[in-house]
Amino acid sequence: MIAIIDYGVGNLFSLSSSFKSIGANTVVTGDPEVIKKAEKLVLPGVGAFSDAAAKLRESGLDKVIIEEVKNGKPLLGICLGMQMLFTESLEYGTHKGLGLIPGSVVPMKGVVPAELKVPHIGWNGLIFPENKPKSKIFKYLNPGDHMYFVHSFYATNCEDYVSSKTEYGVLLTASAENKNVYGVQFHPEKSGEKGLLILKAFCEL
Amino acid sequence: MITKRIIPCLDVKDGRVVKGVNFLGLADVSSPVKLAEFYSQNGADELVFYDITASSDGRKLFTEILTEVASKIFIPLTVGGGINTLDDFDRVLKCGADKVSVNSGAIKNPNLIAEAAKKYGDQCVVLSADIKRVNGKFTLFAKGGRENTCIDAIEWIKRGAENGAGEIVVNSIDTDGVKNGFDLNMLEAVCSAVNVPVIASGGAGNIDHFKTLFSTLPKVDAGLAASIFHFGEVSIKDLKEELYLNGVNVRR
Repeated sequence: MIAIIDYGVGNLFSLSSSFKSIGANTVVTGDPEVIKKAEKLVLPGVGAFSDAAAKLRESGLDKVIIEEVKNGKPLLGICLGMQMLFTESLEYGTHKGLGLIPGSVVPMKGVVPAELKVPHIGWNGLIFPENKPKSKIFKYLNPGDHMYFVHSFYATNCEDYVSSKTEYGVLLTASAENKNVYGVQFHPEKSGEKGLLILKAFCEL
Repeated sequence: MITKRIIPCLDVKDGRVVKGVNFLGLADVSSPVKLAEFYSQNGADELVFYDITASSDGRKLFTEILTEVASKIFIPLTVGGGINTLDDFDRVLKCGADKVSVNSGAIKNPNLIAEAAKKYGDQCVVLSADIKRVNGKFTLFAKGGRENTCIDAIEWIKRGAENGAGEIVVNSIDTDGVKNGFDLNMLEAVCSAVNVPVIASGGAGNIDHFKTLFSTLPKVDAGLAASIFHFGEVSIKDLKEELYLNGVNVRR
């Protein structure tokens, strides 16, 4: 069973439906006991980093997640849930993340060319690093496959952990991973057939 | 680089898609769920659902259908029609919409865009404007294009973007239904006024019209159409293939 972690941020309907559509057995939960029993974890998130990180800490679920990951349980962070996997975020001040992937989350403004719009919204192609084997969660994908992005901040200083990038004037981190911890900046649950194939590959880990 | 988007628009009344739909091999041609599935599997980058029901029963049915669509379609969904308050935003977002499109509601309540953007983020708020030339000036119309507001449409859109609308749908009443191509002059005026994504609507009749749109106005992010897709006059797959061959970056 896969636990989609509910800590009061965002609507988990699409995410839970997308797992259902590929036949995965999921539960949306904020209960530490259920999370401990699950085989895999998904950390969603939308909105502001500081709010989401605070909610996760207040619920005590941050410690549960870190503990379960240490035990080897696969974790998939999506969008803001991906950003929270990193050491810190510089979104309106400095905020501590879960520290499961070394790196920091910084604003795109000032990094992407001024004529490009921020937030980065829309379908953009994945570029896989040449010097590494393809991530296990991308086993069904081809280079250039398009994913749906909606974000204003991105992960940096994490080069060793980057599993794909996307081009938006500059190269931005599209996904990163550290052993059993996987993070995707885009929304696989909104990226059509190809997005579902990422969720399928995660289920098969 | 980010792709140009092709967006079919479905007008839903009392639970059925209106505007003739004529797909070969699609048994229930006016089922919003079946049509949404068809488009999603055939290359649509996003779907727009307009609720054109007037009754509260119809509205309830619409939200039920939206929930069903959102549980089966895994591309972004935008919902419009009858969005007048933050509660309306809440209602459709809970059903699985990703973006909410406001039109007359923003004219009636000038704070709606700012309040919604603050609560749900700019990326969630789409300003849809029905525009018609009146004495040579781009003028904003309300109530599905029936009522002249006498508001300067370009100023209105500029203000909307400043207030937090993350995307603008420009629907030209002058070219709508004529199938003679998008309203390039109107779109250019909007593109030079705002720096948020602009979606062109009204006038598409064939593949060439999309080619002309994206090559003439590279700042336009997406093309929206209804009947030409519904009637199968233009298949999204063929359209995208043709755009790709002409150097337009699309998701294939």
